[in-house]
Amino acid sequence: MPGEPAFAPGPAGRGFAQASSGSVGDGSAGPAGLAPGPGFRRLAALGCIRLAALLLALGCLAGTLWEGLGDRGIALAFGVLVGIGERARWTGAEVREAAPLGAAGGLAYALLGADAGVATHDGAFQVVTVVCAASLLGSVPHIAGGRRPTLDHLARRVLTVGFAAVCFQPLYSRGVLEQWGGPAYALLLVALLVLTALCDAVLAAGQAHSRTGWPFGPLLRDELRGLLGIGSAVCATGAVMALAVAVVGLWALPVFCLPLLLTQLSLRRYAAVRATYRQTIASLARATEIAGYTPAGHARRVATLSQAVGRDLGLSQAELTVLEYAALMHDIGQLSLVDPMPAGATAGLPAAEQRRIALLGGAVVRQTGVDAAVAVVVERQADPYREQPVAARIVRAVNAYEEKARDSGPGGPLTALEELRLATAGDYAPEVVESLARVLSRDCLTLRAAG
Amino acid sequence: MEAVPARVRAYVTCVALAALLCVLHLPGVRTPWRAVTPWWAVTPWWVVALLAALYAACEHVVRRRLGGTFYPVLLAGAFLLPPPAAALVPLPGALLSRAEQRPQALRRTWRAAELALAVWGAGRVHWALGGRDAVVDSDFPYALLPCGAAVLAFCAVLALLDGGILAVAERVPVRRAWRGLLSRSLAPVGVHGLAGLMMAVLWRSPYGPVAALLVLLPMCVSWWVFAQYHRERAAHQATIRALVQAVDIKDGYTRGHSERVGQASVMIARELGLDDDRVEVLRFAGILHDVGKLGVPTRLLRKNGPLTPEERRIIELHPEYGHEMVRGISFLGEARAAILHHHERIDGSGYPYGLVGTQIPESARVVAVADAFDAMTSTRSYSRARPVAVAVAELRRCAGRHFDTGVVDALARALARHGWHPAVTADVQPSDASDASGPSVSGPPDGDRESVGRGAL
Repeated sequence: MPGEPAFAPGPAGRGFAQASSGSVGDGSAGPAGLAPGPGFRRLAALGCIRLAALLLALGCLAGTLWEGLGDRGIALAFGVLVGIGERARWTGAEVREAAPLGAAGGLAYALLGADAGVATHDGAFQVVTVVCAASLLGSVPHIAGGRRPTLDHLARRVLTVGFAAVCFQPLYSRGVLEQWGGPAYALLLVALLVLTALCDAVLAAGQAHSRTGWPFGPLLRDELRGLLGIGSAVCATGAVMALAVAVVGLWALPVFCLPLLLTQLSLRRYAAVRATYRQTIASLARATEIAGYTPAGHARRVATLSQAVGRDLGLSQAELTVLEYAALMHDIGQLSLVDPMPAGATAGLPAAEQRRIALLGGAVVRQTGVDAAVAVVVERQADPYREQPVAARIVRAVNAYEEKARDSGPGGPLTALEELRLATAGDYAPEVVESLARVLSRDCLTLRAAG
Repeated sequence: MEAVPARVRAYVTCVALAALLCVLHLPGVRTPWRAVTPWWAVTPWWVVALLAALYAACEHVVRRRLGGTFYPVLLAGAFLLPPPAAALVPLPGALLSRAEQRPQALRRTWRAAELALAVWGAGRVHWALGGRDAVVDSDFPYALLPCGAAVLAFCAVLALLDGGILAVAERVPVRRAWRGLLSRSLAPVGVHGLAGLMMAVLWRSPYGPVAALLVLLPMCVSWWVFAQYHRERAAHQATIRALVQAVDIKDGYTRGHSERVGQASVMIARELGLDDDRVEVLRFAGILHDVGKLGVPTRLLRKNGPLTPEERRIIELHPEYGHEMVRGISFLGEARAAILHHHERIDGSGYPYGLVGTQIPESARVVAVADAFDAMTSTRSYSRARPVAVAVAELRRCAGRHFDTGVVDALARALARHGWHPAVTADVQPSDASDASGPSVSGPPDGDRESVGRGAL
């Protein structure tokens, strides 16, 4: 890893080393990350973001030490807020913003101009130092609880808060903003926050890209779409907190944390119920395997591989969820058959029969109350690809690949891929097969073992 | 559509008149805001118009997309405006909103009048406690006191009126109509009140209405996430239910067997004094106990006549199939053990493992009794339904050998106390269970199904 010696001293360095080695292991970069190549470049980008955050934090610490700490009460209040927000960070399932309270508190501090009508003098150095220290302190319980600190989150927090503070505080302390009227000032804060949020989205997408190797464009699109939800709430709360503290003083903080705390709570419950739902669908999709209609693990493998292909083709997060559910349930129509297919291999059946089973499956999925888009994908999985939605094309090609490659020894995957390529004229979409080939070669054909 | 009773119309008219009086307010009544000039002379009308438009927009979006109601704007109005003016704020939104059911005009009038009264009440209380000055001077923490009182008044008026219409329209006893109405609404409206207070304070600040509008964004997002959560949870439950129905149909049972077993399990669990979480898990255990039958060929499940030992052995695999299926669903907890062991018997003659006595998990013992009880009291392909008393007597006869005596006693006590009212039997008659279901998971594909359905009866 480049730059690792710079991080070696101190506890942060250990965390960094752990996190980065983890990202090599669990990302799909695999051994390619060690040799110069695309994977190497990606990880270098991740290291750069972290290095920038560390340099910024250290620089601001030095600046604060040089200038001394001003407005201790405000610094303490915001520090406590950010710390609590970080403490309440949710380390469970994958969510876009795991600590909205901490993020909003940090942004509000960066944009703070006055406390109950009295101008404050917390420079950008102090803001970044306080937010950074509070975030670190807030993640101590997580480290003590054995959970790996999410260094990427911290790096992003420091960089975004630094961006907002550096944009705002010098302007404010020079008195440039004083000629602006009240409403214009409020609008300026909003504009600054929008800019900050855009930066944050780019950073987040960049980090995700370097960790996972998924294409940058769709990741950025998902991040930007996420801004409309929790992202906008965080920004608005940051602006409102800064303005409210300017009007009523620090009392505004507890009053304003409440709505965001509620959002965090319902977000957590939402993520929990989503995870449960996913488990349920994955388990129930195994009904066909238990009934002996399909071989064990088939649905899971098709789902994993389909998602990888979907990502490669640039599907959005919502489309990927539909794809995953559809891939898990794609064989459920076979439950309607009185006698099982031999080994559940539908790819070899006549087209009409395949389509009949697909329609039955679609009916079953519709009945289960899952998103109707899933049912559409399931019931059209056997159509010629020109008439299919993208997700159905992917499920069809991946399912065929899985069935052909399953039991056919070491050369199987390549033969299966070749057969799909030859059949692309009508059945399998060429771009999907090419994407499948890319995914398989990138992952050294190891996905089957992983799934 | 049924006609609206005259008493409901009269009640709504009374409330609407009261709201009208609040807006126009009685002449000759001494009110603080009337001491110097009449209120309409001091009211900033553009604020009223802006807030009313804002509320109408929020109501439109929230109602259509998310469901539920959105009070921060109304409460901000109550904190910003003189009470009669604040009472005007909800009117356009409520009068323009679309009611789901008819009669539309009456419902809209009711909603508008109710909200106007509630906002007026909140505004009165806020004003009387000097909240207005606290908002203008942003006098914290004192401003929280009138705000809290106003929220209380708002909730109280809404609860009073809602309870009243329940009592009048549905003839619900008054005490039952009011029970819980106030306490349920306090917490959410309290949060809305805080947001409303912040809106009001920022509105009065140099930053003006722009800053106040920003307050609404986090509230909307919070609301949206909450709605998403409910949608996802409903979808999850629908999925489980649908798969369970598929099992029932495949098995040729009456539809709803699994749901009824869930219900009976809950009755037993409550009677045994289990805590709420375990009761809920036992409901799922009851509902999903036969889910493994999805893995058993339909031919065997629906076979008329005696089974060969080989076929019986395959059918008896279903608890293990079911356990294999639900193994990965973590929220099911001990329900998974219940699914695996619900055919064990106390004397060890059950399957799959032949466990004895307390080796069988409690949840499995509960589900076993509930399953047997419902099998006896519902009409099956091979037997007619027996009366509840006969079924309980039969269970008692087998208690100690097949079933846990304590569980059977608990069921008998619960039945004596609450009776047996299975909720799902009413919607589908047993006779059309197999063809009312549309495309089924398991039924043999085409015309085959009807013949099997007939054969099963």
